[in-house]
Amino acid sequence: MQTIIISPLVSHRLCLARAVPCNRLLNNHHRAPPSIRLSNHRSTTSLRLFSSAGSLCVCKSDAEYFAKAAASRDSEMATEDVQDPRIAKIASSIRVIPDFPKPGIMFQDITTLLLDTEAFKDTIALFVDRYKDKGISVVAGVEARGFIFGPPIALAIGAKFVPMRKPKKLPGKVISEEYSLEYGTDTIEMHVGAVEPGERAIIIDDLIATGGTLAAAIRLLERVGVKIVECACVIELPELKGKEKLGETSLFVLVKSAA
Amino acid sequence: MFAAENGLKGDPRLEAISAAIRVVPNFPKKGIMFQDITTLLLDHKAFKHTIDIFVDRYKDMQISVVAGVEARGFLFGPSIALAIGAKFIPLRKPGKLPGKVISESYELEYGHDRLEMHVGAVEPRERVIIIDDLVATGGTLSAAMSLLESQGAEVVECACVIGLPEVKGQHKLKGKPLYVLVEPSGLDEFC
Repeated sequence: MQTIIISPLVSHRLCLARAVPCNRLLNNHHRAPPSIRLSNHRSTTSLRLFSSAGSLCVCKSDAEYFAKAAASRDSEMATEDVQDPRIAKIASSIRVIPDFPKPGIMFQDITTLLLDTEAFKDTIALFVDRYKDKGISVVAGVEARGFIFGPPIALAIGAKFVPMRKPKKLPGKVISEEYSLEYGTDTIEMHVGAVEPGERAIIIDDLIATGGTLAAAIRLLERVGVKIVECACVIELPELKGKEKLGETSLFVLVKSAA
Repeated sequence: MFAAENGLKGDPRLEAISAAIRVVPNFPKKGIMFQDITTLLLDHKAFKHTIDIFVDRYKDMQISVVAGVEARGFLFGPSIALAIGAKFIPLRKPGKLPGKVISESYELEYGHDRLEMHVGAVEPRERVIIIDDLVATGGTLSAAMSLLESQGAEVVECACVIGLPEVKGQHKLKGKPLYVLVEPSGLDEFC
């Protein structure tokens, strides 16, 4: 741990003996971050220094430092917006079935993606590349198609998989969250104790339409103190504006499709 | 057949898997000791062991299809499929699959249920394994086998994480081998 004593006459501007590389700070979950001691006439305060992408901030506690490190990783992730060459193959492997489950709906059928071993492998790889090494300990997947994509991702990034289910399917004690459908409401449930406060999670489903289900999943996890890093879906139907229902939670999708 | 009797006797991974499964008494109704695999999914090491054991068994058997029974078969099947380079086919409750389907009825304790598969998902002579979390009477797996065989596929084996006492000693289900990792956990194993 580095300790740098600086003159009490230095006010807002903090000078370091040498710059600390950003990556080393962000990847070191367990080592205490560098600290600076500021002396004034009455007391000595120990502060943590956080450095990311050229900006510097003074954090008042280790907790604040690690929160900023996590947020920085998250915002760097969200700004990436380059079309990966694997996306086209994935998009073309998805079958569209008109008028299912009712007239006027163009159903995005991912079962054909699952029959294309390269496309399925690429789908998982794209999510794994994005979420590995980001301190994510929970992959939550919405029944039932979230169960197909979530577990392979969880296994690859070393996270637990938490199924979010329709009512009465989970056998133990549950917490539930209701959400609106076009007509009426539905409920999703999660086992009590599956996640712990402070854990970082991603939520997986095959597709986001209106965003109702994912918004309910976010609320359910936030109620127990989990930080949702991102929602991830294979397909988005942007015309249905589901992203807006997710509030501050970012959304990552591989394929955008007409509703 | 149980994994312990079939090459994995004393394998510590089996104990870890068994210990990670939670028993919930009287679910869905009184008298049933429900084998809850959600706790296995929370234990990354044990979950990985589960997949690894199935992958090691099937990777050199020229399996081109892993069929998984909704919904808990979906939790295990895709990871196995990805690792062995096979397609994953979901076998679903009625009305869920959007395209043209074939369906098979099977018996429950009281009444019937149906299992569906997309037409064209599997091709004749493909070698298939069927995955579910647990086998009790074997009714669901038998229906799954019928669906696949009706399309000309060859069911090589049925594989489950947990096998209830009814299947112990049964090496075959409808003439096809059955491979199970662990027996049900007892209540006293749940802390």
